[in-house]
Amino acid sequence: MKIAILSLQGAFIEHARILQRLGAETFEIRQASDWDRQKDALVIPGGESTVILKLLHELNLFQSVRRAIAGGLPVFGTCAGLILLSRHLLNPRSPYERIGTMDITTCRNAYGRQLGSFFTVHDFKGAGHPLPMSFIRAPYIEKVGDGVEVLAEVDGHIVAARQGNQLVTAFHPELNDETFIHQLFVDMVRESVSSKRGSDIGK
Amino acid sequence: MEQSRQELNRNLAQMLKGGVIMDVTTPEQAHIAEEAGACAVMALERIPADIRAAGGVSRMSDPKMIRGIQEAVSIPVMAKCRIGHFAEAQILQAIEIDYIDESEVLSPADDVYHIDKNAFDVPFVCGAKDLGEALRRISEGATMIRTKGEPGTGDIIQAVRHMRMMQSEMRRLTSLQADELYEAAKSLRVPYELVKYVHDNGKLPVVNFAAGGVATPADAALMMQLGAEGVFVGSGIFKSGNPEKRARAIVQAVTNFRDAKMIAELSEDLGEAMVGINESEIAVLMAERGK
Repeated sequence: MKIAILSLQGAFIEHARILQRLGAETFEIRQASDWDRQKDALVIPGGESTVILKLLHELNLFQSVRRAIAGGLPVFGTCAGLILLSRHLLNPRSPYERIGTMDITTCRNAYGRQLGSFFTVHDFKGAGHPLPMSFIRAPYIEKVGDGVEVLAEVDGHIVAARQGNQLVTAFHPELNDETFIHQLFVDMVRESVSSKRGSDIGK
Repeated sequence: MEQSRQELNRNLAQMLKGGVIMDVTTPEQAHIAEEAGACAVMALERIPADIRAAGGVSRMSDPKMIRGIQEAVSIPVMAKCRIGHFAEAQILQAIEIDYIDESEVLSPADDVYHIDKNAFDVPFVCGAKDLGEALRRISEGATMIRTKGEPGTGDIIQAVRHMRMMQSEMRRLTSLQADELYEAAKSLRVPYELVKYVHDNGKLPVVNFAAGGVATPADAALMMQLGAEGVFVGSGIFKSGNPEKRARAIVQAVTNFRDAKMIAELSEDLGEAMVGINESEIAVLMAERGK
């Protein structure tokens, strides 16, 4: 299993470390030529969403990334990644078009400045035990469309969701030792790979 | 300060990695920096080159000016206080700054004690010339480190010297035997636990940026290849001929710091770089402030 990690800016190494621990092979996407490599999934990490989005466009990655996700490439977006995948943004900032493939409405910097950043331990659908969650100048999801499954809510705000092959969290599972959410993503990718293989055989 | 606050503050620095933090003096400049791809801005009244030119005592900026910049952008806003001036730091915390830089660029307020940064909820970044300084600042509560470099000169030599020094001292620590770490802690004048961390992990427990003298995309690529996790650009942008273009080029050079071909293209037609002064020509070595 090969997972591409968008490595334009932010906390991408942290994702690679956890995914490698879970047995996945990872590689970095820093420019358009990196995108040509074979991959089964993509991670869009935390960082500054305005910076990552701008670099996606300037480095001519945007169209291919969006086309692949719209075509079903499994994607995991944390924090800034969640913002980039959101169809609607309550307080948009960047003049650039977002990926916008997930039917969610998001509020950026929803908890204010760094003094509003917080850590909590909270329930997550299917985990069976509360998970550590670090919110760093985080967004939250204001509302979700049909077909979006809510996976976690903290203080009445949606902070994790899934729509088909797209998984997003407003917090940073890559910053803790807990691997449940990354394992969930790896399972999603495995399922997508085997169903693709099945449909290829059917052709 | 509770343990988790310290961790959250280290985490914010992790989110800034691979990014460029730019000095700005007005909301307009802050806006240009954000548009150009800065991952954060440093709000200050005068950029280091002008502080150097003006001389005299240099202090924390007017809170009103900082607020203006906070309102102008949505990325994190940092601001500087004087070394040891905890009252200035309290003021910056009161206006909810995202990161305080306890900075040698301003005139030091205390020639013995740094701020007890563990007593604050907002995060601090501090400059360091070597591993001892870096670990002392971390033990005082800094959650991000940067090289001191020599601010306001456009001369990269000090940033290179400081980054190489830190990296080589870290490599040396990783090669020591367990029973040699106590003596290493003594000679570095830092807590044993931090020496042990570096020995086990080969890196600082917090994010480490380059700062001081970065003026070109090549400077940024040089610092990244030497082990920086991101760069601060102070006077280098708004003291140059075409700040917008230069800022954008430096941002891209940091992401693709090993791609010389791309950096060659990015370096074309950037206009005048800041004139700069050589390290050997200046009277005040800011990097010697606060050890």
